[in-house]
Amino acid sequence: MLGALAGLGRFGLQALERIGRGHLLLVRIVGGLPSLAARPRLLLMQIFNIGLLSVLIVTVSGLFVGMVLGLQGYYVLSQFGAEESLGVMVSASLVRELGPVVTALLVAGRAGSALTAEIGLMKATEQLSGLEMMAVDPVKRILTPRFFGGLVAMPILAAMFSAVGVVGGYFVGAGLLGVDEGAFWSQMQARIDVDEDVYNGVVKSFVFGIVVAWIALFQGYDATPTSEGVSRATTRTVVHSALAVLGLDFVLTALMFGE
Amino acid sequence: MRRRSSRATRLSRSRDEDPVRPAVPRGPEEGTHKPEPVVAPAPSVRPYPGARGEVLVRVRGLRFSRAERLIFDGVDIDIRRGKVTAILGPSGTGKTTLLKLMSGQLHPDAGAVEVDGKDVHRLKLSELYRLRTRMGMLFQSGALLTDLSVFDNVAYPLREHTRIPESMIRKLVLMKLEAVGLRGARDLMPGELSGGMARRVALARAVALDPMMIMYDEPFTGQDPISKGVLVTLIRHLNDASGLTSIIVSHDVKETLSIADYLYIVANGKVMSRGTPAEVQAERSAWVDQFVHGLPDGPVHLHYPAPRLEPDFLG
Repeated sequence: MLGALAGLGRFGLQALERIGRGHLLLVRIVGGLPSLAARPRLLLMQIFNIGLLSVLIVTVSGLFVGMVLGLQGYYVLSQFGAEESLGVMVSASLVRELGPVVTALLVAGRAGSALTAEIGLMKATEQLSGLEMMAVDPVKRILTPRFFGGLVAMPILAAMFSAVGVVGGYFVGAGLLGVDEGAFWSQMQARIDVDEDVYNGVVKSFVFGIVVAWIALFQGYDATPTSEGVSRATTRTVVHSALAVLGLDFVLTALMFGE
Repeated sequence: MRRRSSRATRLSRSRDEDPVRPAVPRGPEEGTHKPEPVVAPAPSVRPYPGARGEVLVRVRGLRFSRAERLIFDGVDIDIRRGKVTAILGPSGTGKTTLLKLMSGQLHPDAGAVEVDGKDVHRLKLSELYRLRTRMGMLFQSGALLTDLSVFDNVAYPLREHTRIPESMIRKLVLMKLEAVGLRGARDLMPGELSGGMARRVALARAVALDPMMIMYDEPFTGQDPISKGVLVTLIRHLNDASGLTSIIVSHDVKETLSIADYLYIVANGKVMSRGTPAEVQAERSAWVDQFVHGLPDGPVHLHYPAPRLEPDFLG
């Protein structure tokens, strides 16, 4: 009984300590911003690494999600004779919710896990120590560019996801199911608000970008420097990012769209 | 970012050409040869006060524990300027930890480490980084940056810490690579190097900024006899030609005894023995005798502590 209690306490303390380390690391990462400004190339390289390499998975997924939305939306809306609103339904769900959320989940799986593995391996092979011994701060040089790379890439990827998704919905709705093309686009244009919908979606994906990049980098930097430790850290990145993104999405949605 | 072009062809070539002979003068001519410009320090930049035997690194009363295990308990070590000092000890005694303590990557529970008169653990981060540009370290794995070529790896500290123009960096890097016999391997990626070559590239990188001292973490572990010989020669030559101070942490007794000027044997958190190689080899203590000569039995037993034999088998 007492042992279980002590175990619980130890678990709690370790979790708190981890959270503390994570926040300290975030402060150090953001503190590297001035040195990143001096080397914009590093940032560009990471936007390429994180962003461009995720484009394929994000656009393909976006296309299919948009097409499914078109199908499901049509079946529901046509019961009320409102199939002309299909464009609004597809684009609103993509821009407000699915774009930022699904993109963040995909990026966590594709780029976040890769970041964790990369940083963890650099730690395991003493590359981070090596940088320190060359008087180069590994946080500033390695982590900061990756963090801001993720931050910049995420909203752009989410925008691509939504755009491709709308096109997918259009193909299914207008092309396959015979929804009026003009109504599809004009209703979308009339009802989707830049501030209310698009801007909020961008804010969401920005927040998810911060969270996913932070979790991935922290897990890599904090990984036990062995092969086993790195593989565990990679798994944790995907699980923690997914939970954090979905939980935060609820909070953000409540704040943004709740009255 | 990643250069992968024609890696396969380069790979096969590099393995064949792995230069075994270090491209540094050795033997009797050494006295008459001027030290290579490659590894020579820039005297105008960093004068090495001649006083041979002066203490460069002073470790006093070092205590360090990790996860409730005491790793060092009152260790005193002096590293003298211009000498090759070796720290020997069995695996798992925290020899690498000792180097990390000396370079300020870890903090001791008690005691102090002074490098060139500065207490490493009381320096501000910026001062510590400035000190580290004068301390090279050769990691066991080499710790080369895997997405940079050999050339870029060696150029890395120069590009980071100096404003030398690129044409000059090229010359400097090629000179450092020539000194370790790998000028021809400049375009290879770290993944294409053998373990010995990776270590030599890392050595070239460690001396890129002409440091005052180099710390070698297990330089001979896992090397074939030829690479071991190459590394032994290189370490000794670099030390003498450029007035470096070398610290070797190792458990390879034979190689280490052959180049060290002074030895410390560390085990069980303490300095067990110290002296010149001859003094240590003549040591009467049973433990040191067992370690230095690699005897299977002695104060250190083969068996992990176990309950009595009879009940396990006959009970």
